Amino acid sequence: MKIKDLFEESYSALTSNKVRSSLTILGIIIGIGSVIAMVSIGQGAQGSIESRIQSIGSNLIIVMPGIQREFGGASSGRGSAQTLTQEDADAIKSQITSAKAVAPELSRRFQVTAKGTNTNTQIVGTTASYPDVRNLSMEKGVFISDAQVRSSAKVAVLGPNTRDDLFGSGADPIGQAVRINKVEFKVIGVTKAKGGSGFTNQDDMIFVPLSTSEHYLVGGDYVTTVSVQAKDANSMSTVQQQITDLLLQRHRIANPQLADFNVMNQADIVATASGVTNTFTMLLASIAGISLIVGGIGIMNMMLTTVTERTREIGLRKAIGATKSDINAQFLTEAVMLTFLGGFLGIILGWLLSILASRFTGISAKISPTSIFLAFGVSAAIGLVFGYYPARRAAKLNPIEALRFE
Amino acid sequence: MIECKHIFKTYENDGIKTEVLKDVSFKINSGEFVAIMGPSGSGKSTLMHILGALDNPSGGEYILDGQDVSKLTDDELAGIRNSKIGFVFQAFNLLPRATVIRNVALPLVYSEKSKDERERIAKEALLQAGLDESRFYHLSNQLSGGQMQRVAIARSLVNDPAILLADEPTGNLDSQTGDIVLGTFQKLNALGRTIILITHEQYVAEHADRIILIKDGKILSDQENRDKRII
Ligand SMILES: Nc1ncnc2c1ncn2[C@@H]1O[C@H](COP(=O)(O)OP(=O)(O)O)[C@@H](O)[C@H]1O
Ligand SMILES: [Mg+2]
Repeated sequence: MKIKDLFEESYSALTSNKVRSSLTILGIIIGIGSVIAMVSIGQGAQGSIESRIQSIGSNLIIVMPGIQREFGGASSGRGSAQTLTQEDADAIKSQITSAKAVAPELSRRFQVTAKGTNTNTQIVGTTASYPDVRNLSMEKGVFISDAQVRSSAKVAVLGPNTRDDLFGSGADPIGQAVRINKVEFKVIGVTKAKGGSGFTNQDDMIFVPLSTSEHYLVGGDYVTTVSVQAKDANSMSTVQQQITDLLLQRHRIANPQLADFNVMNQADIVATASGVTNTFTMLLASIAGISLIVGGIGIMNMMLTTVTERTREIGLRKAIGATKSDINAQFLTEAVMLTFLGGFLGIILGWLLSILASRFTGISAKISPTSIFLAFGVSAAIGLVFGYYPARRAAKLNPIEALRFE
Repeated sequence: MIECKHIFKTYENDGIKTEVLKDVSFKINSGEFVAIMGPSGSGKSTLMHILGALDNPSGGEYILDGQDVSKLTDDELAGIRNSKIGFVFQAFNLLPRATVIRNVALPLVYSEKSKDERERIAKEALLQAGLDESRFYHLSNQLSGGQMQRVAIARSLVNDPAILLADEPTGNLDSQTGDIVLGTFQKLNALGRTIILITHEQYVAEHADRIILIKDGKILSDQENRDKRII
């Protein structure tokens, strides 16, 4: 039997029962579509998390207090370990030569009020080097100066979202007063929007001098984070090691396993976050994969029904000269045609879903050529796997009994 | 041309052996029109399955065109069926949602003829089988029984088979259309086609030149039909 005729025979068999064929295909469409959508949304989420982490600074090393804890867990001052001090930050700055800039932070959430408005936001006590370390630039005014840190000046720099909340969108708050935890601060600047959300949203913060936060807000000379910027990407791991050694020595801890702090470099954070999103993507994709398997079982079910219904036809085909492999090939082709078409439509569905997801979540979900390629491969494979048994059953039919079948 | 030498056929179901054909021997020459007649259950269809290379005998030899067919593999038998044998069944066995032309051309798909050639041969066969040209592109389930059987006869002709095997071809037809079908066989025989007609009816068998009478799996008689009915 010629390949072209094989396709023609299979095609006309499928089109002779359009409703059933379409319903069966639907299972594959949904399966492939949701796998494609899940993977592309997952990859999009991973991309945007990575770029967000990159945007918090370059060549960044973050030192946080406490025992081994996940990134993000130490963002709240309250209740977290108080093992890092300003002196630790100073020691890092003075003793580690490859550290280009060091910015200690003492953060905690406080109630903030300004002329009748109020909000609750993260108050970051820090030093003048913060904007360099964290890639922050100013929209209006200036950032906190070293002199203001020395004098514990009651000045505040607002993130753009906080400014919007307190003074109205786009207003110029320079020179105005805000009350943080009932202490009055003068606004001296507004940072430029970086975009973002969640735990790393630098647009919704208020920056004050570290010493001011210690004296008037948090009360205590510990810090919640020390951000260190390495000279270049190559020196990252050296700096990380040097900081670890220095702090172990300063905290008089011999066993690194027992360290009361945690030194992470940006690459690790990216890797951790990617790992998390990756796992999440895999989870979603495997749930979607299950629907694909269900779709495959639907194909098998339909093919078995078809084989039974067309027993006489199979008998006739054998009587007029079809070999076992001709029959086998025809039914396999029918199954693969169904799944392939389902795969094609599924890719379109997945593509539409990821466009919708991009529109509503801001994640830039993209469908990679690899996943399209893979989707075709997988749908063909499903056709082969789930078509195999019905096709074999058809091929094995005894022509005499098949012709006698009612 | 066709030679059956001591053919036996035994079925075994659940350890119970049924001997259906018991030492059947005969010879049919090229161009003959033979009827195999016998009561229901006498083993006619079983014999036809062996003659049509659908099944192997349990014992004996079946020689078709000088070739011993009784010991071939499934695929080799499929090849024989495709090239040397044309089947006409009582139940027509047409593909319901396919056109007449496609039905007739179906055996040619398995002999790998090109599409144009398939169509040409199919039309020729349909004209020989006496189907009106206006019906060629109708769906097969839109035809009457007589027309369906003529389509099935055309289908049996397309590979220019050595023998044409018809098992109760008029069984599903009224006597008038049955006669037309029998007439078609006579016409084809006159054109040189070898035809084996299987029936349980004396009347149908009388349209052949020779009648082999079979009962309980044995040949009772094998005689020339002197009172051939001509249509
Ligand atoms: N697969 C089979 N297994 C067991 N017995 C069978 C089988 N096929 C046919 N027979 C028996 O063989 C006998 C002849 O059947 P068949 O050749 O169909 O007769 P006919 O066509 O002359 O009516 C019957 O008694 C039938 O029951
Ligand atoms: Mg019979």
